[in-house]
Amino acid sequence: MSIPVLTLLTIILCIGILVGGLLAVLLDSMLSAVISAGLASLFASVVYVVLAAPDVAMTEASIGSGLTTMIFLYAIRKTQNKNASSVEEK
Amino acid sequence: MMLGLMAIIFFNLAANYTENTSLSKLAHYYVEKGPQEIGAANIVTAVVVTYRGLDTLGEVTVLFISAAGVGLLLRRKKAEQNNNHKKINSVKETANTHKSSSEIVETATELLLPMIILFGVYVFLNGHLSPGGGFQGGAIIASGTMFLLLALPKSHISRLLIAITESLSGFSYVVVGVLGVVMAGGFLDNRFISSGTYGNLFSAGAIPLIYSFIGLKVGFELSAVLDRFRKETSNEEDDPV
Repeated sequence: MSIPVLTLLTIILCIGILVGGLLAVLLDSMLSAVISAGLASLFASVVYVVLAAPDVAMTEASIGSGLTTMIFLYAIRKTQNKNASSVEEK
Repeated sequence: MMLGLMAIIFFNLAANYTENTSLSKLAHYYVEKGPQEIGAANIVTAVVVTYRGLDTLGEVTVLFISAAGVGLLLRRKKAEQNNNHKKINSVKETANTHKSSSEIVETATELLLPMIILFGVYVFLNGHLSPGGGFQGGAIIASGTMFLLLALPKSHISRLLIAITESLSGFSYVVVGVLGVVMAGGFLDNRFISSGTYGNLFSAGAIPLIYSFIGLKVGFELSAVLDRFRKETSNEEDDPV
């Protein structure tokens, strides 16, 4: 019994998505969590290509793993700045 | 317990799953009639822009509202923060000055940025022929903006330009939709411009037009969101809007 290459690829990518998602939930560091969430959606976009949905894949790749990650990073920096300033006030 | 319940539900779903071997009736209609009625080689686009055009308008509206919300929230926070800063005084002024990027990064940005934006424009102009469309192209343009903001933190993006382009393209999108009502079958009907040759760049009626507006609107909206976050974090002085 031989598994087709595409199926194997899809399975590996799906495991990648699961690992990325789990890491995003479990990791303590905010930064690593955001990066792994971006990684999960990057894997998801490749899965979309394999499943013949290139339109969705483009959206997922650019918004899911690019812009969302970036906005989260900005948001983290912003909230941390605020904490730092409040500590200074005390 | 919740997890166990979820596991049972998902197991049932997975166990009962059988793949569809044929298209559903609606999908069949789209595949058969789409190319003739709409003239778009990319059926996804035909469905998104014309058959389900109203939904797309709704999506654009959601994006617009979220962008407006980000603008509103961040602006208010900024005013408060500025007040705080005046109280605290300017001890930490030096903490947030940007280091400018290296020469390599700057040169690469100048080289790559036009290409990224051009690719975004290509994606939304060819939305009716190849995979992609307004949202994807707009997102690519916004990625270009992100790139610019990351590589050259001192760069300035005119908010007036963003606001004008965004509102104009949103307005023209609705105008095109209404033109569809007046001159063809219904709201967002693309057939008031002649269909042209199937598979050419200028074909599929108004779809390239509609997708260009969507692309510009989405791109500039996402850029505005990014720019607001950037402005907020980098504690710059107020710029006139």
